[in-house]
Amino acid sequence: MRFRARVEVQLRPGIADPEGATIERALPALGFDSIAHVRAGRSFSFEVDAADEGAARLTATELAERLLANPVIEQSTLDLQAI
Amino acid sequence: MAPRIGVVVFPGSNCEHDVVQGAEAAGGTGVLLWHGDTQLGAVDAVVLPGGFAHGDYLRPGALARFSPVMEAVRDFARAGGPVIGICNGFQVLTEAGLLPGALQKNGRLRFLCQPARLTVSSTSSVLTAGATLGEELVIPINHFSGNYTCDEATLQRLQTEDRIVLRYADNPNGSVDAIAGIANEAGNVVGLMPHPERASNALLGSEDGLVLLRSLVGAASTSAAA
Repeated sequence: MRFRARVEVQLRPGIADPEGATIERALPALGFDSIAHVRAGRSFSFEVDAADEGAARLTATELAERLLANPVIEQSTLDLQAI
Repeated sequence: MAPRIGVVVFPGSNCEHDVVQGAEAAGGTGVLLWHGDTQLGAVDAVVLPGGFAHGDYLRPGALARFSPVMEAVRDFARAGGPVIGICNGFQVLTEAGLLPGALQKNGRLRFLCQPARLTVSSTSSVLTAGATLGEELVIPINHFSGNYTCDEATLQRLQTEDRIVLRYADNPNGSVDAIAGIANEAGNVVGLMPHPERASNALLGSEDGLVLLRSLVGAASTSAAA
């Protein structure tokens, strides 16, 4: 089976996010005055061949934790869909 | 014979020749090593130089840690050999797990290219053994991601185990505890954001980096004799 994986990487809560903070500071000037707690992050997508969803999840999670995110400062979430 | 300082070249490294020159100014012999090699050859110390290894894609150091040479660097470090990571090299060492913590984007998202005033805060590492505790050094920094961060427990260990080797006098990048350089438990692996090789000749505006490079060459000659 083949799955499409989407991994989102964000800084852990409590880790300063200067990029998110800078975006947030720019918002009032653009007229967005109802937005708070902006966090910047990155998104990755890839396809996984695996016997079932559990196996695909295992592989994708390992990739996310070993490479895509630096667990010292970042955390990741995984979204998986069969294609 | 002058100790041999191996300088690893990754695709995108750009300080390797400066480090070779700096090592030679400090009495060593500089040898370039290729990141794709699985052996270090006959070297007495290893330096991971500054630059943009593998384009800094994903995160600085994230891909370089999978370069074939890194397994040999890990073994060399484990055996007690002196290993120094300068700037991007420091980022590689943290990504590779040879040093704790991580280097985030600078506070206020500023790329910093300027002389930095540093204080020697430990002399129990291969890079600072020849320096004096409390000595002030002016050495250039040149980075976007030099904001050292780690969890509270790691910071406490670094402090109590005397592993913070250099601190910024005015912390330009927002690092925790103004950390500019740290060592591993044994003191033979050191990472620092400032570039001692760019302060190794009066013509460059400062020779303050020489005391660090001489310490490294000294550690390399001890490691060669062992």
